[in-house]
Amino acid sequence: MQETLEKNLVLLSIVTLITVAIGGLVQLVPLYTMETTIEKVDGMRPYSPLELAGRNIYVREGCYVCHSQMIRPFRDEVERYGHYSLAAESMYDHPFQWSSKRTGPDLARVGGKYSNDWHVAHMIDPRAVVPESIMPGYPWMADRPLGAEKIAGDMKTLQFIGVPYTDEQIENAQADLKAQANPEMGDADAMVARYPKAVIGDFDGNPSMITEMDALVAYLQMLGTLVDTTSYKTSPDGR
Amino acid sequence: MSSASLATASSDTPNYYDDLIKKFVIAAVFWGLAGFLAGDYIAWQLAFPVLNLDLEWTTFGRVRPLHTSAVIFAFGGNVLIGTSFYVVQRTCRASLFGGNGFGSFIFWGYQVFIVLAATGYLLGITQGKEYAEPEWYVDLWLTVVWVAYLIAFGGTIIKRAEPHIYVANWFYLAMILTIAMLHLGNNVMVPTVLFGGDFVKSYIIWAGVQDAMTQWWYGHNAVGFFLTSGFLGMMYYFVPKQAERPVYSYRLSVVHFWALTFLYIWAGPHHLHYTALPDWVQTLGMTFSVMLWMPSWGGMINGVMTLSGAWHKLRTDPVLRFMVASVGFYGMSTFEGPLMSVKAVNSLSHYTDWTVGHVHSGALGWNALISFGVIYFLVPRLWNRERLYSLRLVSTHFWISTIGIVLYIASMWVSGIMQGLMWRTYDSLGFLQYSFIETVEAMHPYYIIRATGGLLFVIGALIMIYNLWMTAKGEIRDEAPIGLDAQSARAAE
Repeated sequence: MQETLEKNLVLLSIVTLITVAIGGLVQLVPLYTMETTIEKVDGMRPYSPLELAGRNIYVREGCYVCHSQMIRPFRDEVERYGHYSLAAESMYDHPFQWSSKRTGPDLARVGGKYSNDWHVAHMIDPRAVVPESIMPGYPWMADRPLGAEKIAGDMKTLQFIGVPYTDEQIENAQADLKAQANPEMGDADAMVARYPKAVIGDFDGNPSMITEMDALVAYLQMLGTLVDTTSYKTSPDGR
Repeated sequence: MSSASLATASSDTPNYYDDLIKKFVIAAVFWGLAGFLAGDYIAWQLAFPVLNLDLEWTTFGRVRPLHTSAVIFAFGGNVLIGTSFYVVQRTCRASLFGGNGFGSFIFWGYQVFIVLAATGYLLGITQGKEYAEPEWYVDLWLTVVWVAYLIAFGGTIIKRAEPHIYVANWFYLAMILTIAMLHLGNNVMVPTVLFGGDFVKSYIIWAGVQDAMTQWWYGHNAVGFFLTSGFLGMMYYFVPKQAERPVYSYRLSVVHFWALTFLYIWAGPHHLHYTALPDWVQTLGMTFSVMLWMPSWGGMINGVMTLSGAWHKLRTDPVLRFMVASVGFYGMSTFEGPLMSVKAVNSLSHYTDWTVGHVHSGALGWNALISFGVIYFLVPRLWNRERLYSLRLVSTHFWISTIGIVLYIASMWVSGIMQGLMWRTYDSLGFLQYSFIETVEAMHPYYIIRATGGLLFVIGALIMIYNLWMTAKGEIRDEAPIGLDAQSARAAE
């Protein structure tokens, strides 16, 4: 067998490819076919345009290299961060941002834990609010206008790959983005109707402009808030 | 062993394209230094956050992917492609398929990939997937270059004058094929520009838990096939050459090649223990990670035992010392890996610096040390020099980088285990003993030790560059041979 393989490049390549393909197929394919992979929960919805723009900034800045968004089911983690993370809570995350390092704390349920003002001050100069922090400062975000003119294109792309955005949500992308960042600039009620539980407000305290800071704080403030974990029941097999 | 011929010069030696290999060596050294510097810079940032400079291009979040990509894909990639071209020509006794022109396309194409990826990170263009950060257009370009690489490598094997394909080439081939599969599977991106969005943005079609599994199927096997299989290919050619001994066991190489190739791919889920990934996948991942220990040590034993009868050379040959120490580090980190993949251990180690230390015992100890050894092997031969400028400087480089690695790994063991324990410590009243920020504060001294270790590693690389530069110039340093004490050195004079 080996005698044949090591004299024939094509055979060696084919057998190698089959050998490396097996493990991945066994672990990946059932995740799409087994219904138990993602829990059935209430409350999950796609990101609002402003939250999505904020998430794009989160990805752009590489926040995942230091912050996880995945609370493990341990007593200390649940006490520190809240209910352990459910697969359903990242079902619309392209890409997932669970991360593998906690140089800073987990952010899976950071939404609502701190005020907008705290977040803004912290992003501008982390050591102004947490003296021992080793996080970089992001002062420029407060001054930079959010370049989200094309956010509807992002939503259409996500719709194409399976995120259940409605055509109505996409049509109103710009209006909803403005209404969430500054309720006086649009119809906040209609926005919340399209995105239940959305946090509305002038996140960065600067009503004259929608900045990157607005978007990022809007994203942070919704993290982990959609699913009512108090009503979540584990399935009989313990998950 | 049946394919024993480590091709030696004979009358029918074909024309090897060695000028091309020179380019890869130069690029590897250049990107290596850049990657080490970036790594040490961000290590100091963690100790002294003011070094983030409050500028968007210099924050830890943007420079860290630059560091990982520079050392893995730029340094490691140039070493791998360059050495694979060197090895495949000689072990096949055939000149490179496609010749110099095709080879140059692969070289420059790969450098373009590196520059596109690296500049993108600093400007904030990223997919946000660890070790797969380059955006969709960079991915497409890499695919073109990688297919060209496969054609050049495979084409050379097809026109070989040797009946057997040498063991080093199995490992290189497994690397090329598997990386292609992983790269395609983990980068199924839909560019937003197709739907009226920005050009430089895309979304992966996988989401959440499935994306996580796909990512670590990719991520762990980038380690498994890029940083392990490919580097084992290097080991199987250069260790026997430098030691002037045949590979210890042909049978062991066959067994561990197939076992490693089959088992590695299953190990990805150990990056996702206790997450929302279903338990059955986690358990599979843990089980195969533990099994992976065996073929990993099969490779280590085969590499180290190749020195049978040549152990004395370690005293006098610092280049061989680099290679053997690297295989030792490989053995150590492939023992630590299965240990950390056990769920009970992982519950402590995950999210902490222990993981970072583990990665660096493999990356610095195994990948970088064997690369240094191989570069020291190659430069005098490629530049047609009698020998290296200075073996004593090689020895200095060896010790300074080894001490650097030990400082790095040991400090990360302490900080990782300490932080993991602090997170789960309760006081006598049943409350969490430490706030998160207290655990960050406690890391400070270890971050300084780690960054100091990294600095030693950078200094070692600078010593290497000086040595290589002088070697290429044809200089030979006037120095006593290594391994003789001062007295016998004088006596020899």
